[in-house]
Amino acid sequence: MTRTDPFALTLTLLGGVVLILIIAPLAGMFFETPLSMLFKTAREEEVIRSITLTLLTSLGATIFFSIFAIPLAYLLARKKFTGKRIVSGIIDLPVVIPHTAAGIAVLGFVSRDTWLGKMADSLGFDFVGSPVGIALAMSFVSIPFLINAARDGFSSVPVRLEQAAYNLGASPVRMFFTISLPLAWRHILSGFILMFARGLSEFGAVVIVAYHPMITPVMIYERFTAFGLKYAQPLAVLFILVCLVFFLILRMLTRENGNNGNFKFRKNK
Amino acid sequence: MIKLENINLDLGEFQLKDINLHIEEGEYYVILGLSGAGKSILLECIAGLQKPDNGKIYLDHEDITNQKIQKRSVGYVFQDHAVFPHLNVFENIAYSIKRKFSKQKVKDKVIEIAEIVNITHLLKRDPKTLSGGESQRVALARTLIRDPKCILLDEPFASLDVQLRDDLRSLFRKINRMGKTIIHVTHDYEESVTLAHKIAVFHKGKIVQNGKPSHVFANPKSKFVARFKGIRNFFVVKMIQHNKAVYKDKIAFEIPEQKKLSKGFVMLNSQDLKISRKPDPINESNKFKGIIKDIVPSMKGNEVVVDADIKLTVFIKHRDFEKLDLKLNEEVWVYFRPDTIKYIVSDKQ
Repeated sequence: MTRTDPFALTLTLLGGVVLILIIAPLAGMFFETPLSMLFKTAREEEVIRSITLTLLTSLGATIFFSIFAIPLAYLLARKKFTGKRIVSGIIDLPVVIPHTAAGIAVLGFVSRDTWLGKMADSLGFDFVGSPVGIALAMSFVSIPFLINAARDGFSSVPVRLEQAAYNLGASPVRMFFTISLPLAWRHILSGFILMFARGLSEFGAVVIVAYHPMITPVMIYERFTAFGLKYAQPLAVLFILVCLVFFLILRMLTRENGNNGNFKFRKNK
Repeated sequence: MIKLENINLDLGEFQLKDINLHIEEGEYYVILGLSGAGKSILLECIAGLQKPDNGKIYLDHEDITNQKIQKRSVGYVFQDHAVFPHLNVFENIAYSIKRKFSKQKVKDKVIEIAEIVNITHLLKRDPKTLSGGESQRVALARTLIRDPKCILLDEPFASLDVQLRDDLRSLFRKINRMGKTIIHVTHDYEESVTLAHKIAVFHKGKIVQNGKPSHVFANPKSKFVARFKGIRNFFVVKMIQHNKAVYKDKIAFEIPEQKKLSKGFVMLNSQDLKISRKPDPINESNKFKGIIKDIVPSMKGNEVVVDADIKLTVFIKHRDFEKLDLKLNEEVWVYFRPDTIKYIVSDKQ
């Protein structure tokens, strides 16, 4: 008979509480939602439009801001400069401020009264109530996840490898694309997934910038306030399932061996 | 030809102080010094990874002090090899020429270099599966393919076993015979004497002595250099007569007759020192009474350290040691003939 370690047992029991906290509400919601309601909701045009909009705006925002976030992460990982700590602090700011306040901040930046809003207005475009406004609100709250993960990734690449590339005649740009980026790629992809996921689930900031077109978290809230829990549940379950499928696909990418240009994904050991 | 002129660099922990070196084309030059002395910083300056605070670096008469790393015809084989882990061996070797030549030419060149360093069988391998010696060869091939004028080797034998060291040593000789100038940094005396045409002994950020290894180690100008050769008895002395020198103004040595009075060094092989419990009746000079402070066994015998106001190390073969039956803290006499002393005149008079 194996002896039970009291310490391990205590840890397991304490950890179990956390798991219950996560699993119980989700399981309750899944079990309370009849399959017929789920299929019916999935066929609603309004729902399909909303889920598509949510996925595309979050994905678009993540891809677009990667172009700026990844170089910034490399700078933070590799270069010493005045105000580096302040820059790092600013990047983490959206994580700690309330999301509705973040929404107000973004709205104050892009509304028609601002220079940016006026400039967009003169071109016949309005950030408020547009997918671009939604993407901005999503990015505001989610970009720290990508920058921090990418910075950790670049920091984990030995400087010696970059020096070896320079010694072999590589320009800084070639070194970045052939050494630093491929070696930090798994961290960056994790950050990408986190930013995308955080964007999908954003409600507070988005609802202030754009109630319409309606992203799914806003639609869930609207159905809950207008019609009640039972009516909101099928949409919530459906959205969770869609998000899970996307996560699985993205996570699989980091596990599969393949060669995408110079990028190689390695098997987790 | 590589020339370093008055190179100074202060990195806090590591420093380079007034380094002057002249390395001829095709020369195998070894920089010998203790681990962690900052020898690698010197290589990094030559490669362009560090910029000296002042001084000049010339490669074939061209001032490369401020030249970009990429533009210098200097290949650096790092101590940890720095083989790119996400590229296979072929891709690692081809890295520097991939964009310069056609696919077929790149392949031909990689195979040609791989044959020289004997790694053709490894070309498809993942670097993570390579042994230390194999990884070292890949790093060397990757550097050679660029055809640099000079190759910098940073502690290339670190963490390699004896058999691999021998193989790699002959590979370095082969590459050197191909006309490549090699600057090799090491902390290993044996490595330096077996490979170097010329040697520079590096200590506390300075080059303390340089020249041909046979000359440097036959005439060490400091205890530090002497220690590398295994010389334990090395004393800075001042001659007071043509056959007498004093250490710290109080301990006198009878030395071989010298023409001129000078300051210099007394060097004694520990095998030439004798030890006994009674004073030697024949030898009148160079007799020291002291206490045995340490006994260090080795393969061939024992090193007995005697404190006789100066620290003298006597080597005794195992059989003799057993006969003498010496003990720690025992009082003994150490003596040696004047003709066993090597007196070296100091440059600084």
